[in-house]
Amino acid sequence: MNSPEPIQPPEAPQAVLYAKREPVFNRRIDGPFRRFKWFVMVVTLAVYYVTPWLRWDRGPYAPDQAVLIDLAHRRFYMFGIEIWPHEFYFVAGLLIMAGIGLFLLTSVVGRAWCGYACPQTVWTDLFQHIDRFIDGDRNARFRLHKAPWGPAKITRRLLKWSIYLVISFLTGGAWILYFADAPTLLRDFFAGDAAGVAYATVAVLTFTTFWLGGFMREQVCIYMCPWPRIQTAMLDEKSLIVTYKDWRGEPRGSVKKAEKEPDKFGDCIDCGQCVAVCPTGIDIREGTQIGCITCALCIDACDRVMKDIGRPRGLIDYATLEDCKAEAAGKPPVPVWQTLRHPRTMVYFAIWAGIGLALLFALGTRSRTDISVAQDRNPPFMLMSDGSVRNGYTVKLRNMESRPRQMEIAIAGIPGARMWTDDMPHQNAASTIRRTIAADAVENLRAYVIAPRGTASGHVTFNLRSLDEKGESDSSETRFEAPEAQ
Amino acid sequence: MADKRIDSETGVETVGHEWDGIEELNNPLPRWWLWTFYACIAFAIGYVVVYPAIPLLDKGTEGIWGWTSRGQLAAEMKKEEDRKAPILAALAARPVEELPRDAELMRTAVAGGRAAFKVNCVQCHGAGAAGSKGFPNLNDDDWLWGGDLKSIETTLIHGIRQPGDDQTRFSQMPAFGRDGILDSTQIQYLVSHVRSISGQEQTGPSAQRGSTIFAEQCASCHGPDGKGNRAFGAPDLTDAIWLYGGSRADITQTITNSRFGVMPAWGQKLDAGTIKMLAAYVHSLGGGEDFVEAAAQPAAEVNEQP
Repeated sequence: MNSPEPIQPPEAPQAVLYAKREPVFNRRIDGPFRRFKWFVMVVTLAVYYVTPWLRWDRGPYAPDQAVLIDLAHRRFYMFGIEIWPHEFYFVAGLLIMAGIGLFLLTSVVGRAWCGYACPQTVWTDLFQHIDRFIDGDRNARFRLHKAPWGPAKITRRLLKWSIYLVISFLTGGAWILYFADAPTLLRDFFAGDAAGVAYATVAVLTFTTFWLGGFMREQVCIYMCPWPRIQTAMLDEKSLIVTYKDWRGEPRGSVKKAEKEPDKFGDCIDCGQCVAVCPTGIDIREGTQIGCITCALCIDACDRVMKDIGRPRGLIDYATLEDCKAEAAGKPPVPVWQTLRHPRTMVYFAIWAGIGLALLFALGTRSRTDISVAQDRNPPFMLMSDGSVRNGYTVKLRNMESRPRQMEIAIAGIPGARMWTDDMPHQNAASTIRRTIAADAVENLRAYVIAPRGTASGHVTFNLRSLDEKGESDSSETRFEAPEAQ
Repeated sequence: MADKRIDSETGVETVGHEWDGIEELNNPLPRWWLWTFYACIAFAIGYVVVYPAIPLLDKGTEGIWGWTSRGQLAAEMKKEEDRKAPILAALAARPVEELPRDAELMRTAVAGGRAAFKVNCVQCHGAGAAGSKGFPNLNDDDWLWGGDLKSIETTLIHGIRQPGDDQTRFSQMPAFGRDGILDSTQIQYLVSHVRSISGQEQTGPSAQRGSTIFAEQCASCHGPDGKGNRAFGAPDLTDAIWLYGGSRADITQTITNSRFGVMPAWGQKLDAGTIKMLAAYVHSLGGGEDFVEAAAQPAAEVNEQP
């Protein structure tokens, strides 16, 4: 359709512009990497489903959910840490750390994120186990796929898709629990009292999980995800990848052939097990490729075959291209941990750790009180009938702790100046006022500062101090305007 | 041209083009991609059918859902009006001097007044209500006709010197010079006196002579000590605030030709709720006075010439 070819010569075969997906029926395999994959799946799913239910006591003025993204009140709670919107740099810092962490992980162990921890991988793996549970292993699934639609096939398909749907619903349902009190929201959700956005979110995430995990699967990695593209630029001959040692395996030949002519054949017996177990349906023997998420199931498969036929393991293995070359040249194999000595790894680690330490430092030293003052621009000053000069200010006081706190505001810099706020009689104006700021709240005060006749323009400083054991303070300097001396 | 071959490195067929040795592999798109493309086309058709989309000569197509941006605006405005209706009703029902007892209603009134002020009042009083020469500053503590909520409301409803409103704020200062009541020397004595009682000049012989004239001509409205009288809107002449300027030239001008400002009677144009909101806003600007029963009597009865 988009081909620039003007006219196809009649004898040329018709070019295929759109290809049907080749379904993947991966065979069951057991081995150390498969068991590690199980472990990661259990841990990641447990973290995802359990986290919203963890409680954390923050006293009577704050929610008791350990991890809560409270969009309505614009607060982010994570165990003992509470983040306000103006402290969003903590979240930004964490996201940058997550990004650089991916780089770091790629630099150390290649596409391990893709192979083990990526949600697309975890849920696809889960759904493939359901396929196996309902329809049987590779061959049975292949047969069922080829079989015409009949009552048996329809029943199985409906059953399988129903299970997909239940898992998808649980996935989407757990997501919203991070944004509101989990037990309350769960009750409201089934009582029909939850916010419309909650139902919409669950519906969208249920659909995406069902569709991406149940049907799109490896196509997400191959066609949609930007990360494999970025990784293509990040992998080099020093990167740890899952690779087939062709110098050892080629030329391929069956065990029988190899027995007859041992010198003519390599270790690969062309049994196809590495292809059969692959969840993305690729042939690792063609070399590393975008479809390879380095889940290492082919290593498990190949190692088992090698063991059965009495050849050394590791025909397919985690290795760097550089080491492969060295091994092929007859040098002893390099231990895998040696890849850590890659300078790029150290640079990524330094950046990653540097951001982490900076965030920890900022977290440890941040103040939980804050004052900001904005002077009225129109009118800039006000002459009163007794000749004194008044300036208006909007004062914002923040109490970021989960308890009400008494604070003292004092003005300095203008001799004889007094202040009052619009919630008190102006006869009580003084150079210092006290206010109790509600727990976890911002208080807006409309403040007036009045200075005696003849005061010149200058700067006024508002000093805030918390009247508790912490004695935190903050200050804000701004202008005090007065008429020019006549 | 169509020199298709199997690429030896990848095992993929080429599309058959070659540009200076560069060839293109034929990796077909997944078929669902094509379906996505068709789905987008279907969506676009649906969009064109239900929403206004195609411009015609006089107007565009309307779409079967009948949505328009104007209609959406009208609906949102209606919603806002509906939201405000009970607040305005509550405001209309409550005497303005009792507003401070309901802090929530007062806050709402101040906020609403701020918006109404921007529409109706800033033309004379300025966006910050700081006024200018001849237009009073509403932020300060100096009030011609009273600065409590009730007085401000009365001024707003009936205006100042508005013909046709028998309760309008009214008074008239004589043009002492122009009408020949005082000669220019006497006026200069008077200027000296006025400037001395406001602390702008030392009291000299000129001011002492002016003091006698003041007692005869001015004290009836401005008071014997020059502190003014709100019943007549007569300003306090001893304070630091001068609506028309406090220099010798300005005061001479004022006494010679007299001064008086006007303000529309907003009661004819705005509803009672909006006027209360405006009163609350003006009162909140920093110079508002407390309402006391004695000050409640509007000075409207005093509309004969003093």
